Amino acid sequence: MRPTLDFFRISIWRVIFVAILLSGLAGLYVRFVYGLGAATNLSDSFPWGLWKGFNVVAGIGLGAGGFTVAATVHVFNLKRYRPILRIALLTALLGYSFMALALIVDIGRPYRIWHPVVMWGEHSVLFEVAWCVILYLNVLALELAPAVCERFGWRKLLRAVKAISAPVVIFGVILSTLHQSSLGSLFLILPEKLYPLWYTPLLPVFFFVSAICAGLSMVIIASWQGNRALGKQLELPVLEGLGRALAVVLAIYLLGRYLDLEDRGALTLLLRNRMETWLFALEISLLLAPMLLLFLHRVRSHPGRLYACALMVILGFVANRLNVTVTGLEASSGTHYVPKWSEVSVTLSMVALGFALFRFFAQHFPIFDERRPQPAAREAHAEQGVPAGVG
Amino acid sequence: MSQTILYDSTMCIGCKACEGACAERWHLPYDDKVAAEPRLSAHKLTAIQTYGDHYIRRLCMHCAEPTCVSVCLVGALQKTTLGPVVYDEDKCIGCRYCMLACPFQVPVYEWSSRLPRVRKCDMCYARLRAGKPTACAEACPTGATISGDRDGLIAEARRRLAEKPGAYYQRIYGLEEVGGTCTLFLSAVPFEQLGLRANLPSTPLPQLTWRILSHTPHIASLAAVALGGIYWITHRREEVAAAEGSPRRRSDN
Repeated sequence: MRPTLDFFRISIWRVIFVAILLSGLAGLYVRFVYGLGAATNLSDSFPWGLWKGFNVVAGIGLGAGGFTVAATVHVFNLKRYRPILRIALLTALLGYSFMALALIVDIGRPYRIWHPVVMWGEHSVLFEVAWCVILYLNVLALELAPAVCERFGWRKLLRAVKAISAPVVIFGVILSTLHQSSLGSLFLILPEKLYPLWYTPLLPVFFFVSAICAGLSMVIIASWQGNRALGKQLELPVLEGLGRALAVVLAIYLLGRYLDLEDRGALTLLLRNRMETWLFALEISLLLAPMLLLFLHRVRSHPGRLYACALMVILGFVANRLNVTVTGLEASSGTHYVPKWSEVSVTLSMVALGFALFRFFAQHFPIFDERRPQPAAREAHAEQGVPAGVG
Repeated sequence: MSQTILYDSTMCIGCKACEGACAERWHLPYDDKVAAEPRLSAHKLTAIQTYGDHYIRRLCMHCAEPTCVSVCLVGALQKTTLGPVVYDEDKCIGCRYCMLACPFQVPVYEWSSRLPRVRKCDMCYARLRAGKPTACAEACPTGATISGDRDGLIAEARRRLAEKPGAYYQRIYGLEEVGGTCTLFLSAVPFEQLGLRANLPSTPLPQLTWRILSHTPHIASLAAVALGGIYWITHRREEVAAAEGSPRRRSDN
């Protein structure tokens, strides 16, 4: 462990980090003292903004790596992905926790966040999402519990947690499948409001598949960060496999989006010179470019290039979620929404805190340094390339 | 059975007596400044809007199958058997999904309040239960707004359309929009010229999500069997290895 004095070391990143946190605190002060009207640019005609679109709708998707890798390792038994399992689970737990935190900031009566547990609106997609997320947070805690037990040497608890791991993982995969797709179903109720480049009955399917892409990319990014910032060993062959899987899932997703647009006769919309067209083009190119690049071996096998591709996928994914929640709804609302400084600062500080907590847990808990598979076992699985769990 | 409000734009003189009566019913301040505001807001739950020579009233449409009720995750919004869609502010968590989902853009929010509520017309639910007309209908000097039984008011609207075919655009707004509403409009001009949405489907919007949501138990149970089965198959090799006492692979967990 590093000496305590190191904690007070001043670097440019720490200054930026503290500045972001302070601006976020200022934003929170405005929100809780003066209300949502003062802290956001939301209005009666535009009731959902950055906090819902980025922190909640995109944030949950960014945590999808947890269930994807858990399914690959445990259900499909592809043990060579084992070394990145806890990295994936930690990104998921942090992503979901900050999503819950953002929701508390966004809803008008934060102290009633527990209401859906006892007051049932079972006809609401949001009700299903709420329940799945609450349950899945518990699943993630159980899946990560071994890391905590190992850290503190709680052997009995470790054995108990591992004994129930199979049903827990399967339960988590089911919950994730349901709520990742349901986030798309949230917008099915807006057929005459959401711009037709994005409104499709297939929204739940597209949300599910793209969440897998975002989740895998987050795992690549987290591994790379762990390597750069903490000097953890980079599991390059494993990440190369993830890159392969990412390329294939992206290809399936983009082909699906194209076929859907064609089927609905919406392709001609792309000829219109509108804001929607350009932001749609941005979203698609941020996903298409990394897909093409990831099919090249020299991109996949190079950590920096792989990282750049993963980053592009994340940006394209976030662009998609913001297009569905913001861009696609502007025309029908008759207003133009640009987030207020406080909305941006709170969002940024949550992202920054997420990175900091990831670093903290990666440093102090066995996340990267879990016991590696035996050489013999690795050999036995060397032939299995793409994780079938994500196809 | 269902109580309904019928607003006839051709009879409206734009006096805004309905706005004043509505403000009084909700104990909201009402003066010339509020009267001049064209939009619905947290302090104005009905509004008379002017489009050229024509007036149109905006208020909750009280859908037969309300979108807001279906999207509310805590059941704060409810459709009553009497007709009105009512709001329970003690349940509401303030997620504002109802505002996003409402096809008529009716629910509004107390943005400047520290503990905000959603606000919307409740068709004077308490008055209706007491057998009285709504406050707006009682205040209307010309009979442009009347309240009563839905079937009766539809018959009345049809009678007016037939009696003066030249004076009316020959449709009743709310008869079929999103499966029918308990607020009905008549007008001299097509409704889209009065700022109303004319592109609404005649099927209730909640069906769009319920079609998928209702399959949740099936998807979950199928996935459980499929994933459990895959787990059982993919882990067979380890069971065999363990049974044979092979040194090649000890359990990985």
